Amino acid sequence: MSASRLKTGGHIDRTREIEFRWDNTRYTGFKGDTLASALLANGETIFGRSFKYHRPRGVMSAGVEESGAIVTTGKANRRDPNVKATTQEIFPGLEARGQNAWPNVRRDCGAVNNLMGRFFSAGFYYKTFMGIPPFEWGRKGTGIWMQYEKLIRRAAGMGKASREPDPDHYEHGHLFCDVLVVGSGPSGLAAAVKCAEQGLDVLLVEQDFEFGGDYLNHSSEESLRKRDAALAKLNSAGARVMSRTTAFGLYDYGVAGLLQRVTDHLPNPEPSLPRQRFLTLRARHTILATGALERHFAFGNNDLPGIMNAHAADAYVNRFGVLPGQQVVVATNNDSAYNTANQLARVGASVTLVDARTAIPDSISGLLGTRGVELVTGSTVLNAVGKRHITAVELADAVGSGWKQGPTRDCDLLLVSGGWSPVVNLLSHRGVRPQWDHDNCCFVPAPTNEAITSTGSSLGIWGNSDCEDAGRAAADAAIASVGNQTNTVAMPAAGGWETPLQPLYEVNVDGVSKKSFIDPQHDVTADDVRLAHQEGFVSVEHLKRYTTLGMATDQGKMGNIIGMALMAEALGKEVPDVGTTTFRPPYTPISIGALAGRAFGAHFKALRRTPMHDWNLEHGATMVDAGLWQRPWYFAREGETITEAYIREATTTRKTVGLCDVTSLGKIAIQGPDATELINRVYSNAFAKLPIGKARYGIMLRDDGIVMDDGTTWRFSDTDYFMTTTTAHAAKVMVWLEELLQMRWPDLKVHVTSVSEQWAGVAVAGPNSRDVLAACIADASVVTNDALPFMGVVETTLANGAPCRIARISFSGEMAFEVYVGSDHANGMMDLLHTQAMLVDGCLYGTEALGALRIEKGHVTGVELDGRATIDDAGLGKMASDKKSYIGSALRKRPELMREDRPRLVGIFPKDRSEKFKAGSILCRTDKVAGHGEGWITAVTHSPELGHWIGLGYISGGHEHWADSTLVAADPVRTGNTEVEIVSPHMVDPTGERMHG
Amino acid sequence: MIRINCPFCGERDHSEFGYGGDGSIEYPPLDASAEAWTQAVFERENIRGVQTESWQHVSGCRQWLLVERDTMTHEIHSVRAAHSGVAAVVEKEQQS
Repeated sequence: MSASRLKTGGHIDRTREIEFRWDNTRYTGFKGDTLASALLANGETIFGRSFKYHRPRGVMSAGVEESGAIVTTGKANRRDPNVKATTQEIFPGLEARGQNAWPNVRRDCGAVNNLMGRFFSAGFYYKTFMGIPPFEWGRKGTGIWMQYEKLIRRAAGMGKASREPDPDHYEHGHLFCDVLVVGSGPSGLAAAVKCAEQGLDVLLVEQDFEFGGDYLNHSSEESLRKRDAALAKLNSAGARVMSRTTAFGLYDYGVAGLLQRVTDHLPNPEPSLPRQRFLTLRARHTILATGALERHFAFGNNDLPGIMNAHAADAYVNRFGVLPGQQVVVATNNDSAYNTANQLARVGASVTLVDARTAIPDSISGLLGTRGVELVTGSTVLNAVGKRHITAVELADAVGSGWKQGPTRDCDLLLVSGGWSPVVNLLSHRGVRPQWDHDNCCFVPAPTNEAITSTGSSLGIWGNSDCEDAGRAAADAAIASVGNQTNTVAMPAAGGWETPLQPLYEVNVDGVSKKSFIDPQHDVTADDVRLAHQEGFVSVEHLKRYTTLGMATDQGKMGNIIGMALMAEALGKEVPDVGTTTFRPPYTPISIGALAGRAFGAHFKALRRTPMHDWNLEHGATMVDAGLWQRPWYFAREGETITEAYIREATTTRKTVGLCDVTSLGKIAIQGPDATELINRVYSNAFAKLPIGKARYGIMLRDDGIVMDDGTTWRFSDTDYFMTTTTAHAAKVMVWLEELLQMRWPDLKVHVTSVSEQWAGVAVAGPNSRDVLAACIADASVVTNDALPFMGVVETTLANGAPCRIARISFSGEMAFEVYVGSDHANGMMDLLHTQAMLVDGCLYGTEALGALRIEKGHVTGVELDGRATIDDAGLGKMASDKKSYIGSALRKRPELMREDRPRLVGIFPKDRSEKFKAGSILCRTDKVAGHGEGWITAVTHSPELGHWIGLGYISGGHEHWADSTLVAADPVRTGNTEVEIVSPHMVDPTGERMHG
Repeated sequence: MIRINCPFCGERDHSEFGYGGDGSIEYPPLDASAEAWTQAVFERENIRGVQTESWQHVSGCRQWLLVERDTMTHEIHSVRAAHSGVAAVVEKEQQS
């Protein structure tokens, strides 16, 4: 229709034609084209549909600030939504589609929204659908909103991400350098060259697939020669340069986050290559040469296809060899568009330049050249005319400080320049608030104490030659900051235009109503800003949230300043007094896959296997994750369900003998002359007099008197102890002991060493456990009842000669032993014990049966000792010593922790013994099944011993308080409610005869 | 992303370290009153500026360290071993 490929020119490779698909149609472009330039060259005009109103949108820019040509690339599980056509390079096989439209962007049924635009102003949905009369009269109801929200969200929106797993892989990496240079335009290249020639280790990153920045947008060969010379110098000086790499964020200590797009532009990438690399770069100094983005301003229908930023036309003509329109109107308020107008005329367009300013010196109007560009001063655009593409502009003429309706001019391309906004985003990530430059009407970087230097047009310096000097000045700062000597070049002043810019954010003529967009990506209009002001949302942060200004994927690159300027106008303030929003990483969107890197699926977290992992599997174990560990869950026999298996395992253990892998328990060697003192201070119960050859169950508290962990500690000599911790708290307890020894009690002579990995452990439990164990060790006499009574420990050897440690301790409530061998001997130990256990019809058991056995006994684990429970809550208060002071002793008796109505550990039976209930249920009175109830259930199991379901939990006041009461185990979102009774937590063998016997 | 100069291992990424807390707390004796312990455990300053913190080089030498860090800028002013005896030895060695 209007745009077309020029016969010559551009930095595209016309010898390499590339075929790609857009909306299922075949197109061709050239190597070096973006999707936007290739489609423009093919005459396409509508690239997308807007967020709320489904208005047709075309190409608005030539870079990352694009708000119109937002498309979806790839298909199936490689579908990538919200891709900017202006940055997506084309490659053979590229598939792209329009989004947020049905059936397609050219004919979109959702466009009906545009007719009802006045209903969709800021806040419309919330005002309309919350508390709808008459249904929700008098209530601040959100019920109906919840229903409507789903529909509303579907109608508004952007592209849809694939819901399938991402088939690509991503890498994380770390890089280091002396100087990071972000951006390869005139200032970035100059800075990098100077640093590299000083011998510094330089890394230059460029988000584009071509180096050069603004050098690419000029017609002269000179610009490209400068770029190529700089790149050659960088190469010979050994600097690293990376294209297709975005510095998306700056962090503490000179860290930059880089995203390198490795294969996104390749038709058939090597499978070994990652799609993208997420790189953590540490630089001693960072130079930000991130450039500036051109702004538009608000006028009627300023989002029509055929309207773009003025400088984008330089890129399309000079970089891509595409003439974006034949009959062009350029609307500006500054000097920068004059060269653009000249360029368009040079390649054959008929051009009219309308300048909002009235007095233009000859030196500037002379830039228009001799090709007949018509200059109209004191004029700007009031309204764009056209349905699916611009056909004309209604101009406004300056009158005083305002505007009046002017003539109408036909055109097929309108270029807009409302001034430039330096890209201060990365510095903003460091918490540096930009300053308002009144002359240039833009925010510029404020000084920072960090080793970061902004330069070039990101500092508000406009001319290419000034930018080169600025790059060299920034290099000096970097060289000095890493400690080298250098000659200092003066940083050029900001600006560089001959005539001052005239602030222009919106064009208004009384009595002319129009829809003018300030944030086209989120369909935020100038009227929305005024509505926000009218309703009191006057701070920038509130304005942003109410209108969603700047909250689209471009983070307000296009519209933020205009929005702020309009709010300032409404408030009668200056722009800087309204404030600016804080930009946050990432500068441009990055994929979740890149953030995750390889840490997903099986690699999401570390995996710990016990030394008998394979042995357990060979013997039929089904494994379960317990923290990082994999532990045997149950050992199902042919045809058994998990429930059948664990009930059989628990029953067999109580009847004869069972073996369970307990290697995952934390194990700490505590050695030294003050070992006893340390242990006695750490545990709440008495340990000072633990005899050699004995173990004791201990509970340690935190400083605040809450239970930290429990376990057993075994004494082998005056100075040698072996502590076990729970699986979950193994690392925490180790850190805790180290903290105490290094920070609080440096005088104690004790070494603590984690030996969790060194020892493999198994529990041998059940009435036949002693016989089984005796048959497996070299000297059976060491485990007789007299030689090894309850809580006795012994170091001895297995029948196969492996040294072992045995303690007679019980978690199951049966007579039981824990046997530890060096991890290399784990399989041998299991073979010996398993063979003997089988002779007495014993079994292997997993964590499910372990749970059943311990719940029957009322023994606590991490779900009961959950960081809220005191030792008294857990029913173990009698163990705590009153004769000594220990960690937590001072604070465990705070009045709040001693209240009678605190939750206490209890057992729970279903009232109807045939019923079951679930862990996580809330215990409520039968007449008040609401709120937080009286307590909660921590663990449940089917008890083989009792023949029905039982549970453990906490209830206010303990089981004595609720004797003979019926309560409800409320589980409203799962199984519903079950009537239960509260009993003592010691539900089986409360006197402990079995384990002592 | 903070880097901490461990006196034993050299400069390392903060991801190797575990954060303890306020390193300036003097914990009272175990037999001190509940009031003294309440003061030490609960009554903490929320410092804006330089604060002494405890960090443990968990994925390294496992030494607890006292780190003077600016909570506003993350700038680290000093790092030393938390164990007074060890810190004295390290200091002596650095001087010789």
